Amino acid sequence: MTAITLNIIVQGLLTGLVYGLMALGLSVIFGVMRVVNFAHGEFAVVAMYAAFILFERLHLDPLISLLPIAVAFFILGYGLQRTLINPFIGRAEHEQFILLVGLATVVINVLLIAFGPDARPVNLSYSFDSYDVGPLIIDKVRVFAALAALAVSAALFLFFRYTRTGTAIRACADNLTGAAVVGLNVKQLYAVTFGIGFVCIGAAGALMETIADASPSLGPSYTLMAFVIVIIGGLGSMAGALVGGVLIGVSEALAGFFIQPSMKSMFSFALLILVLILRPQGLMGRRL
Amino acid sequence: MTALWNEIPRHGKWLTALLLLVFIAAPLVVDRYLLSVLVLVLYFAYLGQAWNLLMGFAGQLSLGHALYLGLGAYTATTLWLLFGIGPWIGVFVAIAVAAAAGLIVGWLGWRFGVEGVYFALLTIAFAEFTRIGFDHLGLTGASGGLFLPVSPTAHDWWNLNGGVHLFYYVALILAIAATLLAAWLRQSPLGYRWLAVREDPEAAQAVGINVFRVRMIAMLISAGMTAVGGVFYGFYYRNLFPSQIFDISRSIELILGPIIGGLGTIFGPIVGAIILTPVGESLTTFMQSSGLNVPGAKSIFYGIILMIIISLRPSGVWPWLAKHLRLDRPKS
Repeated sequence: MTAITLNIIVQGLLTGLVYGLMALGLSVIFGVMRVVNFAHGEFAVVAMYAAFILFERLHLDPLISLLPIAVAFFILGYGLQRTLINPFIGRAEHEQFILLVGLATVVINVLLIAFGPDARPVNLSYSFDSYDVGPLIIDKVRVFAALAALAVSAALFLFFRYTRTGTAIRACADNLTGAAVVGLNVKQLYAVTFGIGFVCIGAAGALMETIADASPSLGPSYTLMAFVIVIIGGLGSMAGALVGGVLIGVSEALAGFFIQPSMKSMFSFALLILVLILRPQGLMGRRL
Repeated sequence: MTALWNEIPRHGKWLTALLLLVFIAAPLVVDRYLLSVLVLVLYFAYLGQAWNLLMGFAGQLSLGHALYLGLGAYTATTLWLLFGIGPWIGVFVAIAVAAAAGLIVGWLGWRFGVEGVYFALLTIAFAEFTRIGFDHLGLTGASGGLFLPVSPTAHDWWNLNGGVHLFYYVALILAIAATLLAAWLRQSPLGYRWLAVREDPEAAQAVGINVFRVRMIAMLISAGMTAVGGVFYGFYYRNLFPSQIFDISRSIELILGPIIGGLGTIFGPIVGAIILTPVGESLTTFMQSSGLNVPGAKSIFYGIILMIIISLRPSGVWPWLAKHLRLDRPKS
């Protein structure tokens, strides 16, 4: 019994790291620009389909196609910010909300027309392999996906900590007026930030495709999940997104096994409500 | 309210009267399909007014009004199915249940300083939480849905069972009543407190307004009104599924009208509903007639239209329209 529980916790933890990477993108975008990306999950599903196509046509493992997808998503995010999002910076929340809901609607229905409603899995040669560690049986794909998610997160962390652009973006987040006064090109940095947020979406989407099957209906639920994770972890906190992702991954896995798979996200929302009440800034967020 | 009516210029009064007359007489002229579209227009105008009280007046963004809609629908239909309590009595229970839910959401949110985006996400969380809960609630048929017997020929207004004409006039009365209520609240002392809290909560607090209480009143009225819309939905469509009535897309579609029409205005929710619903419907018709009948194509156009309107008219269509019709209130 305990072995099964432990097994489920480990599986949930590994999936949670991928969730965390996806949520990281949301956190970065909101933390810097105060824009809530309501089309987040929808674009993650676009990345899942991209990984699916690259696998079907070129037999690229999503762990490899992750790189070109991430690059393409950087350009996509950069372009979106420059054209569509930028006029809405600093505008009322509900206006941003309508814009991004409109965008999300377009994205998800284009996918629906292009691919139909059926789930599209990727069948890797090692899809059903697993590692035996003592009493634990751990899926190989989940281990790989979690490691890749950690690697991308670490790269982003180093980028924000040590590069000039990363420092400049943090400056914009901390004090926008100050950043503009010292001559930072805020517009450019915002577009880069949006691009980086989309790198998280692209990479996480490609990794998700190895664990879950792409389908348009996943979009809104991924958006909601990313919100839940980010708020639990603390908006704007990079470590918080990963911690929140792991928490949600584990709670979903446990609830799915011990109670009912269809009720698993109920526990995520209950967790969110608890966190918002007890610690509105999130587990690792700064005081509001 | 009379003061507000007096402020409308003369030709504005005529236009209002004309609009009212058109809506009252419409069932005599239009066919059943068009009438069902008009029912939706009135339904969304009503819900838009309800949501606008909380967002447009009190400044609190709720993205989870499907919660109150669903609770209202499920309460009234369940009372009718299980205990034979008719909708005209059940609606008061529905209002009470939804207001209680609103009380919980508002209390948990505002008491603990959850504001802005965080509050909006809290409202989504409650709606989703309840949706999944109802998906597993045996009493109301869980995810399999809840069905009311259908008899299109019956004229049983006491049990809200009848043709589209019955529901048309019920929706018309609801929409008019909600508009009058909004207009009355707007110029009441409470309405001015709402505006003060919306513009600057700290300043409002400083002049002695109980911000929490004022917001809570807006929440209770808004949630209760939305529940009435839910009762209407339940008895009009006569089937309820948690995955539909509590879905986030319900919350989104009911806030589009007031935002597109003009937040915080009296006529905004009506104008928004008049614009959006026929656009959606005519897109469906156009898609079918042009052979472009791909599922999803309609939603794509809908999404694009939303993006265009919010980019070009961020404060809504009504303020712009009012200016061009010279209906905006003279500066006093």
